[in-house]
Amino acid sequence: MEMLRFATAGSVDDGKSTLIGRLLHDTKSIFSDQLEAVERTSAQRGDEYTNLALLTDGLRAEREQGITIDVAYRYFATPKRKFIVADTPGHIQYTRNMVTGASTANAALILVDARKGLVEQSRRHAFLASLLRVPHLVLCVNKMDLVDYDQGVFDAIATEFRHFAAKLDVGDLTVIPVSALAGDNVVGRSANLPWYEGSSLLHHLEELHIASDRNLIDARFPVQYVVRPQSSAHHDYRGYAGQVAGGVLKPGDDVVVLPSGLPSRIAAIETKDGPVAEAFPPMSVTIRLEDEIDVSRGDMVCRPHNQPAVSQDVEAMVCWLHEEPMRPGGKYAIKHTTRSARAMVKDLRYRLDVNTLHRDEGTAALALNEIGRLQLRVTAPLFTDPYRVNRTTGSFILVDEATNATVGAGMIL
Amino acid sequence: MTTTLYELGHLDALEAEAVHVLREVAAEFERPVLLFSGGKDSIVMLHLAEKAFWPGRIPFPVMHVDTGHNFPEVIEYRDRRVAEAGVQLIVASVQESIDKGRVREQKGPRASRNPLQTVTLLDAIEEHGFDAAFGGARRDEEKARAKERVFSFRDEFGQWDPKNQRPELWALYNGRHHRGEHIRVFPLSNWTELDIWQYIGREGIELPSIYFAHRRRLVLRDGMLLWPSDHVPLLEGEEPFEATVRYRTVGDTTCTGAVESAARTVDDIVEEVAATRITERGATRADDRASEAAMEDRKREGYF
Repeated sequence: MEMLRFATAGSVDDGKSTLIGRLLHDTKSIFSDQLEAVERTSAQRGDEYTNLALLTDGLRAEREQGITIDVAYRYFATPKRKFIVADTPGHIQYTRNMVTGASTANAALILVDARKGLVEQSRRHAFLASLLRVPHLVLCVNKMDLVDYDQGVFDAIATEFRHFAAKLDVGDLTVIPVSALAGDNVVGRSANLPWYEGSSLLHHLEELHIASDRNLIDARFPVQYVVRPQSSAHHDYRGYAGQVAGGVLKPGDDVVVLPSGLPSRIAAIETKDGPVAEAFPPMSVTIRLEDEIDVSRGDMVCRPHNQPAVSQDVEAMVCWLHEEPMRPGGKYAIKHTTRSARAMVKDLRYRLDVNTLHRDEGTAALALNEIGRLQLRVTAPLFTDPYRVNRTTGSFILVDEATNATVGAGMIL
Repeated sequence: MTTTLYELGHLDALEAEAVHVLREVAAEFERPVLLFSGGKDSIVMLHLAEKAFWPGRIPFPVMHVDTGHNFPEVIEYRDRRVAEAGVQLIVASVQESIDKGRVREQKGPRASRNPLQTVTLLDAIEEHGFDAAFGGARRDEEKARAKERVFSFRDEFGQWDPKNQRPELWALYNGRHHRGEHIRVFPLSNWTELDIWQYIGREGIELPSIYFAHRRRLVLRDGMLLWPSDHVPLLEGEEPFEATVRYRTVGDTTCTGAVESAARTVDDIVEEVAATRITERGATRADDRASEAAMEDRKREGYF
């Protein structure tokens, strides 16, 4: 059974929590004690209906203030797939939360209220999903019951969204009319929407073709941990453990190790369960090389004729995640694959207005939830691919060296 | 021409992610420790740690925070399993915390040492200078846990601040901390109870016998099936009876209830879990029933 991760985004009151509640409920992933607790709390608060948002809003502060403050992860499964939902709040810290949820997602679900159509947030969410290179985008036009299941309303919203999405880098877009409250087109096809010929949301998520979303071409193996048992049984054993970040690795493959550039050949790919004939993302394996060369954590194993860029100068789109703004000249710790170093911001090329996609040049700082293009100088070379080619070797985080807070999320150009 | 699909099943994907997390901690921290209760989640975690560092040994010790109110089957399992893995076992004893006056024991028939564990755990982390502690908690267990990071920062008081968590993107974990602070690490964050059982079945992992259906003398108290013992004395009017039960979670005997079940094998349990309508904590843990935010409150103070 394959696993699919999706992020949900929506603005206030567009029914996102109800939709997730519906997916969990109709796939029998809500337990009766959870539902009872939600019903009890709903009744105490005087809600008119069982507030399924309470299923996902787990923290005391969220319940007290009636808002969602952080990404929540939810799980459900059908006989076809296991699903991990990153449920990101739409109003507070929307960029930081959506970027976090989208970073690992195969698909992004954006909700709009059929009565209101596209709002500023819908465009912003679509832009963030494309920035984070979420391979599949699904627009759910919700509350179709409140517009009498009118095809004209749906078509107008779908067309407007497609026009906007054409300006973005969206690989795969599907628009589905639903009513989360009534259950139309969420799990099963609805008789209320006879003019809609596509799949229900759940069926669409079950059938999404995600196998091709990984990069299986460019072999990238960041060395994470050197296994040296130094026991009598494995006296000379030296294995390089890590998670495959791209491509397919096989025993016998000619490789080079960066940064040394020394060539070798893969002697074996091993796990505790036995040798592996082919390793591909996201497998965690241990590689042995034929030659005794110096390899340590942070090094990168790749193929001689297909290597990542090796550079101390990095151009990237960075989303700022912290109240303390980013200013050119600032120094941060950087983590890229298994490599840690320090980075200085040489230049803030422009700030991107996420609503208009306008490039705002000559700005002095990047504030919380803002996105800009940065030039960084790193103390040690990084082995990078453009983020659009590989989300693992193309991403990094910036960390404040004094507070240790994660302050920036970077996507290499 | 071969037609490999290069697809990983969900258990393989979850395993790869957990192994990555275990290795990341071993590489970046000076003194990690794996919290091991002898419960199924910590057993799966130990199994994954063996895989992560094979053919080397697990490069950190394991620690049991021991309330003294144990199921004997679990302690027997713990000692055997730890010896087999060749790792050092540290036992942090709640009884010692009580003897030293660090905590005061609750009184009365419903007294539990569950809340006292937090002090014992934090004292042991400080005493041994641990900078990372692996826990087997899963996000599907409880709503406060649904928002917890894989790398969860704890301040010098061991506290968790749910409103001020570090954003966690891609598989880039930020483990940086100052002296005296530490990181709780949850490699099983994305596993569900059903995933755990399917994995136990697939891997043929041995478990303490109390996870499987057996006859046991029990008492019904506050809607839970408790096992009467020196630590769970009978209250007036309580009539113990025998039933066929198993445990869905393993914890302190004073607050862990059994569930009626005839499931004798892992396959039986997978089937039972797939059909069950009550969360494992809701069914069997008195400690979570205290209030809507019982878990969040305990976690803020430094609980597992």
